Formats: sequence, structure tokens, C-alpha cells
Amino acid sequence: MTLLLNGEPREVAAETLAQVLDELGYAGRVVATAVNGDFVPARKRETVRLTEGDRIEVVAPMQGG
Amino acid sequence: MQESATKAFYGFEPKSRLFLGTAQYPSPAILADAVRASGVEVVTVSLRREAGEGGAGEAFWSLVKHLGVRVLPNTAGCHGVKEAVTTAQMAREVFGTNWIKLEVIGEDDTLQPDVVGLIEAARLLSADGFEVFPYTTEDIVVGGRLLDAGCEVLMPWGAPIGSGRGLNNPYGLRTMRQHFPDIPLVVDAGIGLPSHAAHAMELGYDGILLNTAVAKAGDPALMAKAFAAAIEAGRQAYEAQPIEARDMAAPSTPVMGKAFLS
Repeated sequence: MTLLLNGEPREVAAETLAQVLDELGYAGRVVATAVNGDFVPARKRETVRLTEGDRIEVVAPMQGG
Repeated sequence: MQESATKAFYGFEPKSRLFLGTAQYPSPAILADAVRASGVEVVTVSLRREAGEGGAGEAFWSLVKHLGVRVLPNTAGCHGVKEAVTTAQMAREVFGTNWIKLEVIGEDDTLQPDVVGLIEAARLLSADGFEVFPYTTEDIVVGGRLLDAGCEVLMPWGAPIGSGRGLNNPYGLRTMRQHFPDIPLVVDAGIGLPSHAAHAMELGYDGILLNTAVAKAGDPALMAKAFAAAIEAGRQAYEAQPIEARDMAAPSTPVMGKAFLS
């Protein structure tokens, strides 16, 4: 299915958010996630199943003021 | 008698009253130098989209952890309540802190806070266990609403973010200080020079949050040190209870006993 990951269309085989993160190279990284604008805690990534067109945000620490 | 005791920020009493942003430095090493040179104990951080391969977030987070300072994550760039709340939730998980510098921006030219959205987001986040540092204006009615929403700190702007203009409304900031004598108040944004920071501290503010004035200075570490000194001087001046200004001169040398020579 096609997802929008950080605003870019990505084709994935995975079904859960945890699997998508693994598939796209985020395994073991310090990131936080949201699906369709709602925060998804790390402990729930394995149970969140994604559907075509879902908007995934993956963010990490960065400099800020 | 003015209040001289240190006000705690959600139970935390820093020795340094300078809160420093981590963005826009020429290099990570210079950021680290600025933090060490100034004795800063709290730095602000943010979240941004991370690429799947070789993202930069990890290296930055590792640097900050090595500095041994507290982090105050922000919701910079958020324009709505929902966006700010979701960003705060993500920040809490990544940075492992309940602290959040809450920004809900209402207008892009001035980056002025949307105080209506700010109050609502502060209420939602406080109810969810966050310790909210709201980026607000010097409006005391809004300040009161933010306290009602659960905030225990207020952070009015000095001037628009990054403008370096100093304190646009010293009267409003002084009024805010007098109106909320027991609430920790931090001037956040718009500071350009150490003298601006000293001025805010002389008004009785409890801290200064700034970024651009240090990060974009020719020598960020030296400027951070200058700000730390100015903030300390301003605080001491406040505690020492400054004189009132007056319109006419008043001789400082006693007139009594002066020789009659004309």
C-alpha cells in the first residue's frame, strides 16, 4: 500500500506501524510517531494497523529555540 | 521589600537564570562551548521530521545528553491546538520530560502567539500531566487564564522571535511582574543584547530565554558568558532595590558645609 511518510508517498509491504518503521530504516532509532495527526506511543506501534493513504509523521530530536 | 527568594520552575531551582536555545550555531562544538561558558542549566530543543536513513537527530540528541543539562522541548512552528498537543506528546516520549515550551503561533510576520489557542492547548496538556512553559504576551488577563489552565510559569515575549529588539513594552512587563508577584516569569524572545536581559531582570523577572542573540553572535561562547553576567547583574540590582527615577537633578555631594567662594 501507499502511505504518506513525512509528506512523501512511500510504497510499503508492512501492515503495522512498527513494521513500517523497520522496513523504512527507523529500527532502533530515537523517533516519535503520529498517524493522521494523532500521537502513537512507541508501545502501541505494533498494534496500530495502517491503511492506504494514512499520513505518518516520524520525528526526531533537533535544535530548537 | 521585594521578593528575593529564587522561584522554582516546577520544583527546579537553577543557579543560572539563562535558558538557552540550541539552534543556529555555526557548529555543534560551538553550541557546547556556549553552554559550558555560560553555566546554563536548561536548553531548549525541538522535533523535526527524520529521514529513514542517516538522520541527524541522533547525533544532536547525543550531544545534548553529554552536556548534562535539562532540556525544555518546544512546539515551535505549531499554528493550531491539535498540532501543538500532538507535538508535545511526541516530545515527551523522545526527550523523557514533562516540560514543554508551548508555542501556538497566530501570525507569521511577528510570530505572535495565538493566545486563544495557547490557553486551550495549555489546559489540555496540563490535564495530561505536562508542566507547561507558555510562550505568551505581556497581557495579564491572558496570563491569568494560563494559570487557570494549569500553568505555573509564564513566558511573555520581549519582542518578536529573532528580532533582537529587546523589551518592546517595559511598562507591560513591569505590570505583569507586579500583577503576578509569586509566579515565575521568564522573558522569552526578542532579546538582542545583554543590556536587554539585564533590564528584564531589573524589573524582577526570574529568567531569560534566548537563542539568536547568542547563536548568531560573532563569538557565541563569549556572548553567552556576557548574557550570564548581565542576567546575574540585573538580578542583583532587583534584589538591591533600585532608586526611583526623577525628572530633576538632586546633588549627590552634600551642599552643607560647602566653602563660600564667590
